[in-house]
Amino acid sequence: MKPRHKRFVWILAGLAVVGVATGLVLRAFSSNIVAFHTPTEVAEHKTPQDRAFRLGGLVTAGSLKRTTDGLTVSFTVTDMAQSVPVVFTGILPDLFREGKGAVVQGKIGPDGIFHANEVLAKHDENYMPPEAAEALKRSGHPIQGEIFAGQKPVTTQPAAKP
Amino acid sequence: MIPELGHFALILALCLALTLGIVPMVGAARGNARMTGTARALAQGQFLFIAFAFGCLVASFLGNDFSVMNVASNSNTKLPAYYRVTASWGSHEGSILLWLLMLSGWTFAVSIFSRNLPDAVVARVLAVMGWISVGFLLFLLLTSNPFARLVPAALEGRDLNPLLQDPGMIYHPPMLYMGYVGFSVAFAFAVAALIGGKLDATWARWSRPWTTAAWMFLTVGICLGSAWAYYTLGWGGWWFWDPVENASFMPWLAGTALIHSLAVTEKRGIFKSWTVLLAMVAFSLSLLGTFLVRSGVLTSVHAFATDPKRGVFILTFLALVIGGSLLLYAWRAPTLGLARAPRAFTPMARESLLLINNVLLVVALLAVILGTLYPLFVDALGAGKISVGPPYFDSVFYPLMAPALVLMGIGPIARWRGETWPELAAKLMWPLLISLPVAVALPFLLGRWTPLVCLGLWLALWIFATSAFAVARRFRATAATGWMAKIAANSPSYYAMHIAHIGIAVFVIGVTMVKGFESERDVRLAPGESVNEGAYAFRFVSIGERPGPNYKAVQGRFEVSRNGTVIETLTPEKRNYFASGQTMTNAAIASGLTGDLYVSLGEPIEGATDGAWGVRIYVKPFVDWIWAGCLLMALGGLLAVCDRRYRLKTERKPKAADITSGAQGVPAAGD
Repeated sequence: MKPRHKRFVWILAGLAVVGVATGLVLRAFSSNIVAFHTPTEVAEHKTPQDRAFRLGGLVTAGSLKRTTDGLTVSFTVTDMAQSVPVVFTGILPDLFREGKGAVVQGKIGPDGIFHANEVLAKHDENYMPPEAAEALKRSGHPIQGEIFAGQKPVTTQPAAKP
Repeated sequence: MIPELGHFALILALCLALTLGIVPMVGAARGNARMTGTARALAQGQFLFIAFAFGCLVASFLGNDFSVMNVASNSNTKLPAYYRVTASWGSHEGSILLWLLMLSGWTFAVSIFSRNLPDAVVARVLAVMGWISVGFLLFLLLTSNPFARLVPAALEGRDLNPLLQDPGMIYHPPMLYMGYVGFSVAFAFAVAALIGGKLDATWARWSRPWTTAAWMFLTVGICLGSAWAYYTLGWGGWWFWDPVENASFMPWLAGTALIHSLAVTEKRGIFKSWTVLLAMVAFSLSLLGTFLVRSGVLTSVHAFATDPKRGVFILTFLALVIGGSLLLYAWRAPTLGLARAPRAFTPMARESLLLINNVLLVVALLAVILGTLYPLFVDALGAGKISVGPPYFDSVFYPLMAPALVLMGIGPIARWRGETWPELAAKLMWPLLISLPVAVALPFLLGRWTPLVCLGLWLALWIFATSAFAVARRFRATAATGWMAKIAANSPSYYAMHIAHIGIAVFVIGVTMVKGFESERDVRLAPGESVNEGAYAFRFVSIGERPGPNYKAVQGRFEVSRNGTVIETLTPEKRNYFASGQTMTNAAIASGLTGDLYVSLGEPIEGATDGAWGVRIYVKPFVDWIWAGCLLMALGGLLAVCDRRYRLKTERKPKAADITSGAQGVPAAGD
C-alpha cells in the first residue's frame, strides 16, 4: 500500500471508532434521560407508565406514615392542586420534612401509587429543589418571591454537594 | 475598617491587573524592554494586594464582623475558629476571591520561576493572566463584593452550612481551585505563543511542568471531594456523576489529554495545534466548571433570574475567553507553520498510541459534557426539566476507558516513531501471560466470578505487569552497576509516568472491587440487636447524647465482629446544629487496606417501643484504593514537576532545531 492509502485506511478506522462511540453515547443517553413531572401531570395521566421519572412538589403536612418495619414510608407529594401518594423503602435524607419541598424518582404503579427508589432532598435547609419550585409554579401556586424561604439569596450555598 | 481596606486593595489590584494586561503586551509587540520588564513587578504587586484583600476577609470572619453581609450569612460566633477561616470561601463571593488569590498566586509563581525564559514570552504570559484577573476582579467588584456591608449589622450570623463544617472544607476547595486556576498558566502559554508567533518544542517544554502541577492539584482536589462526599453525606458512594462533580472532572479529562499531547509535542514536535487547542479547552472547562458550580446555574437556571447581572457577566466573560481564544487560534495557528508535513510514525509508535489515548479521552470528555450540559440547555429553552442518570455516564465512560487502559500498558513500552510487531509482542508477552490467568482466577477466590470483575482486575494487573517489566528492562539496559546507581540513572519523570499509571491501576482495583463486591443494607435495629452482613456481624450496643461546640449529637455505638471476635467499635452520629436547626448525619467508618465497614444512622423509628433506629450498613471492599490510586497519580505529577530537565537554562538546552526535528540525534526513519 502507498502511504496515502495507508493514511486513508487509518482515517477510516478512526472515523469508524468515533462513529461507534457516538452511537453508544447517544443510545445510552436517550435511555437514561429522566424526565420531570408534576403531580397535576400524574393526575392527568400524562406521565409514562413503565419508565422512571422524577416527581416534585411539597410533602403534604401530616401525610408521612411509617409501617411497623420502620423502613417503608408513605407520604403524598403535592403541587397544591393535585397530590400523588408515594411509597419508599429506605432511609430518608436528613432534609426530608413534611411541608418542605422534595423530589422523588421512581415509577408509577398500576395502583396509582408512585414507587420511589430515590428521594432527593440533599439541599440546604432554606433551599427548595428547583423541580419542586417548578411544580408549584406550573400548578399556579408559585412560592412568593425568591425560591428561598424568606431569606436573602443563599445562592452561595453549594446545592447538591460540598 | 478592615472590610473597606480589603475592598480598596481589590480596586488597586484591578488597576495593577489592567496595567499588567496592557503594558507588557505592548512592550513585547514593540520590542520595548522597559515595558516588558514591568510584567514581573506588576504580577507580584497584584498578588500582594489580592492576598491582602483575602487576609481582610479572613480577619472579618475571625473577628465575627457581622456588619459584613458575607460573614453574617456564613458564620456564627459558636463556629470554631478554623471553620470561620474556611467559611471565608464557603460563599459565592468568598470562593471567587479564593479563585482570584489562586490566580494571582500562579501568576506570582510564573513571575518567580521564569528566569530562564525570554522576557517577551514571560511578558505575554503574565499579560494574558493579567487579563483573566481583570475579568474576575470586575466580576467580584461589580456583582459579588465579598465585603458588602449589612446595615444594620446582624447580632448573630446564620452559620456556615453544616455540610461544610468538615475538615474537607479546609483542603478540598483550595486544592481544587489550585488545579482549576493552574490551567490558566497552560492557557496563557498557549495564547502567548499564538500571539508571539513562536510555537515549538521549547514552548511545550515550558508549559509542561505548569500543566502537570495544575493537573496534580486538580487530581488531589477531586480525590478529596470524592472522599468527603463518601464519608459525610452518609450515602457511602464515592462518585455520583453529579453535575458538580462533572464540573471538576471535565477539566481533569482535558488536562490529562493535554499532559500526554504535550509530551508528544515536546519530544517529537508534532500535534502542536492539537496541544494548543487542548490547553485552551482545559482552561475554558475550568472556567465553565467554576461558574456552573458557583453561579447557581446547576441548582436551577432560574438562579440567573435572582441576580441577572451575575448571569450575564458570567456568560459574557465565558464567551470572551472561549470565543476570543478560538478566534486567535483560527487566525494565528495556520500562519505558524503548524501544518508542516507531519513527522512519520507507524501505527505502533508511541505517537499513535498517545494519539488514540487523546481521542478516547476527548470522546469521554464530550460524553460527560453532553450529559452535564444537555439538561441545562433543555431547561433554558423552556422545554421541560430533565436529568441524566448515572447509568448513562457508567455505560459510556467504562467502555471508552477500557481500551485506554489496555493502551496504557503498551504506550510506555513502545518506541517513538515506530516499533516492529515482533519486538513489541516479545515485550508484551510476559505481562500478558502473567496478568491474564491471575485475573481469571482471582474472582473465584473472592467468591463470585463475573466478567466485569475479571476485566477490571485484568486491566489493573496488566498495567502493573507492563510497568514492572518496563522498569526492569530499563534497569537491565542501564550501564550503571548497583541498584541505587541504576535507579539514579533514570530521570524522575520516567518514574513519575509509571507511578501515575500504577495509580490508575490501584484506582481500577478499588472501583472493580467496590462495584463487584460491595453490599449495602438499610435495616431496622434496636439497641442490643445485631445483623449479619457478609462475614461481619454488626451489633447495635447503645445510643446516647454527646454535646458539640455548635451542635448536639445523638451518638450510636456499634460493635462489628468477625468469627465471634469484636474487631471494631463504630460511633455514627446524628447532629443537630443550633443556628440553622439543620440535622446532619455523620457516618462512622472503619477503614482498612481490604475495605471499609460503614454505619450511618437514619432516624429513630416512630412508635417503636424498643428504641429502634433505621440504620444503614455498608461493607465496601477495597474502597480506599480508589483514593490511594488518585494520590499515587498526584505523586507521579509531583515527581514529574520536580524533574531537573525543566529547570535547565535556555542556553544549555539542545538547539531548538534539534528538538523540532524531533530526531533526538537519530535520523527519522520514514516509511
